[in-house]
Amino acid sequence: MIRRGKRVLQYVFLTVVSILSVFPIYYMICGATNKSADVVGGRLLPGSYLVSNFQNLILQQNLSAALWNSIRNATIMTLLSLLICSIAGYGFEIYHDKGKDLVMAILLLAMMIPFAVIMIPLFRMFSHMKLINTMTAIVLPAISTPFLIMLFRQSARSFPHDIIEAARIDGLNEMGIFFRMFIPTMRSTYAAAMTITFMGAWNNYLWPKIVLQTNNSITMPVLVANSMGGHYVDYGMLMISVLICTIPTAIIFFALQKNFAEGITGAVK
Amino acid sequence: MQNNKKGLTLSRKHNLIGWGFLLPATLLIVFMSFYPGIQGFLLSLQVGHGMQLTFGGLKNYVRILKDPVFKEVFFNTFFYLIIQVPIMLVLALILASMLNNKHLRCKAIFRTAIFLPCATSLVSYSMIFRSLFTTDGLVNNIIRSFGMPSVNWFGNEWTARGVIIIALIWRWTGYNMVFYLAGLQNIEYSVYEAAKIDGASPAQSLFRITIPLLKPTILLTAIMSTNGTLQLFDESVNLTSGGPGRATMTLSHYIYNTSFTNNPNFGYSAAMSFVIMVIVAILAFVQMKVGDKR
Repeated sequence: MIRRGKRVLQYVFLTVVSILSVFPIYYMICGATNKSADVVGGRLLPGSYLVSNFQNLILQQNLSAALWNSIRNATIMTLLSLLICSIAGYGFEIYHDKGKDLVMAILLLAMMIPFAVIMIPLFRMFSHMKLINTMTAIVLPAISTPFLIMLFRQSARSFPHDIIEAARIDGLNEMGIFFRMFIPTMRSTYAAAMTITFMGAWNNYLWPKIVLQTNNSITMPVLVANSMGGHYVDYGMLMISVLICTIPTAIIFFALQKNFAEGITGAVK
Repeated sequence: MQNNKKGLTLSRKHNLIGWGFLLPATLLIVFMSFYPGIQGFLLSLQVGHGMQLTFGGLKNYVRILKDPVFKEVFFNTFFYLIIQVPIMLVLALILASMLNNKHLRCKAIFRTAIFLPCATSLVSYSMIFRSLFTTDGLVNNIIRSFGMPSVNWFGNEWTARGVIIIALIWRWTGYNMVFYLAGLQNIEYSVYEAAKIDGASPAQSLFRITIPLLKPTILLTAIMSTNGTLQLFDESVNLTSGGPGRATMTLSHYIYNTSFTNNPNFGYSAAMSFVIMVIVAILAFVQMKVGDKR
């Protein structure tokens, strides 16, 4: 009986935590369809203001530009980041020697540098190069991260050396081994890395806030933050901007959730 | 050795290709992290406003010690760190060990639901919580419906800090839970079953099996969350705007304000950012030492 009671308690606990986790998102989705006063008041049923909230948003904010910028920046950053970091992680592990291990150890130190330390020098560097308000300024600083290199290095550790030797005998060159053998076998690591990078790129707020100063170059999180500005806040409009900002990351989340856990499993071994 | 005359031996060729593979990533980190890092340090030794800067030695660092605002934001940041990180990690660990139970039903639903907050961006969830906790918002409506007086969440410094902590726990618990679940995959489930047969309680399996074997993962999540909390920015700006007064403002928020609003003082904010770096380094070192001993 005690054991049974405990098990029931466990389900109750998990259910409560699950509801608390989902509730704010449900509130946000309902909020996008209600008028401002109802959002604040906590109306928890879908309303009929979806279209008018959306119209207010496109009237007051440059939604199409922000959405396009976010999609473009995050996609390009993710592709470049995955390519450059995975090939480096692979290189560090497969061809490792004392020199490369030392370089890796030094690169890991970069994880310690808070963004606040480098944001002003980066800002001055990019304004010197006349790259303020450009995608380059957003993407370049975040393509290569020690975390991703480490993730791919860990997964390369489990990549059998026999495959490499066999491929070499078959006449595949080193680049070919990486692209034709390593990438296809490490799909779950790539999925995990993609989730982390895309979400990070999409959600980044501080750096875009600094370096994107025109209304045409802003990204979605900046747009959401701007929707809050002013004395009167239209919560319906705010919630629909939050909803639009969340849809792409939610898609990635649901599509890659399982792979994310698998990819991380390889990394935390 | 014979090949040497022709040019490169095979292993030297591979070695060079290896360097080629890691070159782009290495160069990017050098130019986008280390180089600006060094520049940031040089900047921290300069005083003045805007672009008119002169060498000031350690003046900025001395100023930090005397700055009451710095003390305030430093306190706030550490308050979040000390309260939020342990609660979140313990909760994540408990949830992960519950979900690791093979006999649990609806596992996928629970896992997805608890991980779901990670799909929202930091700015987005800040807005959701801001709206939930406004004076006549949903949370106060619920409180009032129980006949209690409503709370001015963002008007009182402690409740405002509380809202930030609640929001942080909401957003990040599932994320850390997934790391623990992944780590638990590496522990043979039969270990738990054997322990159960030997009469171990769930708490005993948690402390005797899960925590010791998950140590590397716990260390990783502890360092990641410490690092993240010390650099907290989006929530401070968007959820509470740092208020009331500066009661919820974080270090990064203050550094941002010093650099990019009104009268920019790049040198002083660079010096403050180096304080964060030193703390991050010290705490990471301490955590690794503590993690090693157990």
